[in-house]
Amino acid sequence: MAYIVVLGPLLAAIIAGLFHKQIGTRASQTITTGAVIIAALGSAWLFIDVAMLGNARTYQLAQWMAVGDFNISWDIRLDSLSAVMLVVITSVSALVHVYSWGYMSEDPHRARFFAYLSLFTFAMLSLVTADNFLQMFFGWEGVGLASYLLIGFWYKKKSANDAAIKAFVTNRVGDFGLALGVMAVFAVFGSLSFDDVFAQVQDGTAHTLTLFGMEFMALELIAFLLFIGAMGKSAQFFLHVWLPDAMEGPTPVSALIHAATMVTAGVFLVCRCYPIYELAPNTSAIITFIGATTALFAATVGLAQNDIKRVIAYSTCSQLGYMFFAAGLGLYSAAMFHLFTHAFFKALLFLGAGSVIHGLHHEQDMRNMGGIYKLLPVTWIMMLIGTLALTGVGIPLLNLGFAGFYSKDMIIEEAFMAGADGVTFGFFAFVVALIAAGLTSFYSWRLIFMTFHGKFRGDKHTLDHAHESPWIMIVPLLLLAIGAVFAGGLFRSDFVARGALEFWGGSLPAGPYAEGNYGEGATGHHPPTWVLFAPVTVTAIGFILSYWFYVVKEGLPAKIAARGGPLHSFLYNKWYFDEIYDFVFVRGTRGLGDLFWKIGDKRLIDGLGPDGFAATALKAGQRVVRLQSGYLYHYAFVMLIGVLGLAVWLVARAGGQ
Amino acid sequence: MLQAAAFYILASTAVISAFMVVAARNPVRAVLFLILTFFSAAGLFVMLGAEFLAMLLVIVYVGAVAVLFLFVVMMLDVDFAALKEGFLNYLPLGGAVALALAAILALTGIGWVTADTAATSLQAPIPADMSNPEALGAVLYDRYVLFFQLAGLILLVAMIGAIVLTLRHRDGVRRQNIARQVGRKREEAVELVDVKSGEGIG
Amino acid sequence: MLEIGLGHYLTLAAILFTIGVFGIFVNRKNVIILLMSIELLLLAVNINLVAFSAHLGDLAGQVFAMFILTVAAAEAAVGLAILVVFFRNRGDIAVEGVNLMKG
Repeated sequence: MAYIVVLGPLLAAIIAGLFHKQIGTRASQTITTGAVIIAALGSAWLFIDVAMLGNARTYQLAQWMAVGDFNISWDIRLDSLSAVMLVVITSVSALVHVYSWGYMSEDPHRARFFAYLSLFTFAMLSLVTADNFLQMFFGWEGVGLASYLLIGFWYKKKSANDAAIKAFVTNRVGDFGLALGVMAVFAVFGSLSFDDVFAQVQDGTAHTLTLFGMEFMALELIAFLLFIGAMGKSAQFFLHVWLPDAMEGPTPVSALIHAATMVTAGVFLVCRCYPIYELAPNTSAIITFIGATTALFAATVGLAQNDIKRVIAYSTCSQLGYMFFAAGLGLYSAAMFHLFTHAFFKALLFLGAGSVIHGLHHEQDMRNMGGIYKLLPVTWIMMLIGTLALTGVGIPLLNLGFAGFYSKDMIIEEAFMAGADGVTFGFFAFVVALIAAGLTSFYSWRLIFMTFHGKFRGDKHTLDHAHESPWIMIVPLLLLAIGAVFAGGLFRSDFVARGALEFWGGSLPAGPYAEGNYGEGATGHHPPTWVLFAPVTVTAIGFILSYWFYVVKEGLPAKIAARGGPLHSFLYNKWYFDEIYDFVFVRGTRGLGDLFWKIGDKRLIDGLGPDGFAATALKAGQRVVRLQSGYLYHYAFVMLIGVLGLAVWLVARAGGQ
Repeated sequence: MLQAAAFYILASTAVISAFMVVAARNPVRAVLFLILTFFSAAGLFVMLGAEFLAMLLVIVYVGAVAVLFLFVVMMLDVDFAALKEGFLNYLPLGGAVALALAAILALTGIGWVTADTAATSLQAPIPADMSNPEALGAVLYDRYVLFFQLAGLILLVAMIGAIVLTLRHRDGVRRQNIARQVGRKREEAVELVDVKSGEGIG
Repeated sequence: MLEIGLGHYLTLAAILFTIGVFGIFVNRKNVIILLMSIELLLLAVNINLVAFSAHLGDLAGQVFAMFILTVAAAEAAVGLAILVVFFRNRGDIAVEGVNLMKG
């Protein structure tokens, strides 16, 4: 079953990608979608078998490399962690495949699109089922490639190409760190297999590595380098710049790659390597700080964006920040839980936004929307559900609410508890998370109000042709909505509470909440009641502010934006990150490149190398040409000189003896 | 004594005439001096006991090659005086190179030593009981027969080459074609014409 | 001086060879003289060979001299033939006019 789950999408991608001209577009779509649906069903079965029933196992598919002590095999590692990821990936992927039948129905290249989607699914699956760092790195690069291809899918659009390149290059920075991290792992532990490394990790604390002439604790360094990789892939602060631009890709891609799966690979990486991070407190503190900062930063930027997809993209960025600071605080199971629920409601939001865009004929600017809830009622309800799940609406103490309520509030509460226990940046994360929760609520409801309520602000023509999406796009929304509503409540116990002790089966620690309340010798682990109510309260505040700004005083925000205050432009321009990067990196690199090009390459390498040789040869040739006069006696002269030289040499040699 | 006198006379003749070959204004005279040089060399060969080669030199060089030169020189209508121009211009350079070469060759001549093994590594020792042509023939047709054949082939090729190069067909020269004469048929030669009376055959 | 040995013949050959080289250098226009100079060079070589042959008592040197004679004759024949053709085509035999080999 595991083989079908992992290799099925690859096979489908190959068939659809290489032979779609022979078998036709429809057959390609059917094959890829079918393969991924089968994979989703298989994953569900594997989830029950592996995670619920505790049958963790590893299949070895093939030997990959064997160079001396360097043995890498191609595996499918099935434990609770990878089973969770399998379910998330394949189910979202399957729904996105189905959704794309409708969304991409007018695109002539949709066979290629489906092939890429399946290729991505395969790469992501091989990432999460890896049993060693190198296979994970393969999957890591594979998803990067698929992401690049899909962002730039509309390759005739310059902005799409630019965004694809930006995503790729930014990810290179992270991947470089990851590659260095993997090398460092091998250098320290002599193996890349997860089991080998994690078994030795306790002995590795004393190791040091020298980098740039400085001594580092080996584990801290490894953890940090791996985290750089995670930062790139998961769009954390400093390396987040590619994610909003990646929205140039088709919306299903945004839902699958840039919301539910690929961007969570970084969280997965940190969770997978938790034995290393547990022993690297400094790096964990950095993760916490970066994660919290990202959560706040992205939420603030989300306030001022007008593109419907960008708002959700920054929201994703922000939620990834939650996951990271949770992981940084040691709440790995909570991070995975949030990853799990987030996949559903964020995919739902993205697909809902796609439905809106589809219904309004590729209008993405929220300033040109409004009041369309009557025209797209199903989409409207779905988006509402997604927003409720994202903002974490629920009733504390009763433990009743949408999916985000369980996972996000768990993270916020545990951040408080961690801060109370004295973990570095614990309280900082708690405060930031609360503020970000309020902002999340504000911009999420802003999105809903601007899109569906008020008066329509676009042109009349668009409104006349606005239509509800076809059922093939609605069904995935419905299924995701079910997930968004129930995924939290159903799986809370297994992920973070009583069931977690059994559920993770060693692949992750159950987390302080599960251990504190249900573990052996549990003494109770409950945050104060005000902490429980705090997230809901700030969410409500965010909702009210949003309602006041965008429904009661409709038009006021537009005036604020038009006046162009410094705060608004600061947020609207995403804290000027793109500009700073452009100035520092792009111009800097260009200057450096110019330096190397004009002086290093042109003058030194070319000047002394090819060009120099050519010029010397030319000059020498021009001189030698004069020897090639064509006159016989000149040749005879040269011959005689040669004879003379030969005679001299012979005599000299004979004389020397 | 007599031998020395003969050598010096022949050698000086050879050197002087060789120089005249190079320096002569009239190419006909150059050829004649060349012949003289060859004669002197033939005399020296006789002194060295290589009678056959001496004869060969006279017959082949003087009788064939030099005469060929003479033919060509006389056949070509060239202003040889004009060709001599620039002789003095090149004299310094040519003299310098020639002197350098002479110096080198003189060095080798002075420093010459025969190897100890020379006597035992002879290829074809001169037999005491045979005359020079007989001994040469015995070696040539036995040991070096293949090279001899090869030399003949070279001469053949040279002959064919020379003929091919110089042969040309002139237009307007009528030659007897025997094959055509013999192969002629009656129809080609005789035409029967019915002539009406009173009109002639015009 | 009066005892004529190998050295005398070698010296004579060297002088003849030098004259041949000199002839090639100074006669830049006249191909016929050039060819004759080459004949002189070959003659010098032949004298060397025969002198060594007599000195060492080895017939091989004379055989070799014969082959050189053969080659010299062939060379003279072909060279003169080329000269005739050249003259027919150009009307003179100045080597300076011939630089078809110029690259």
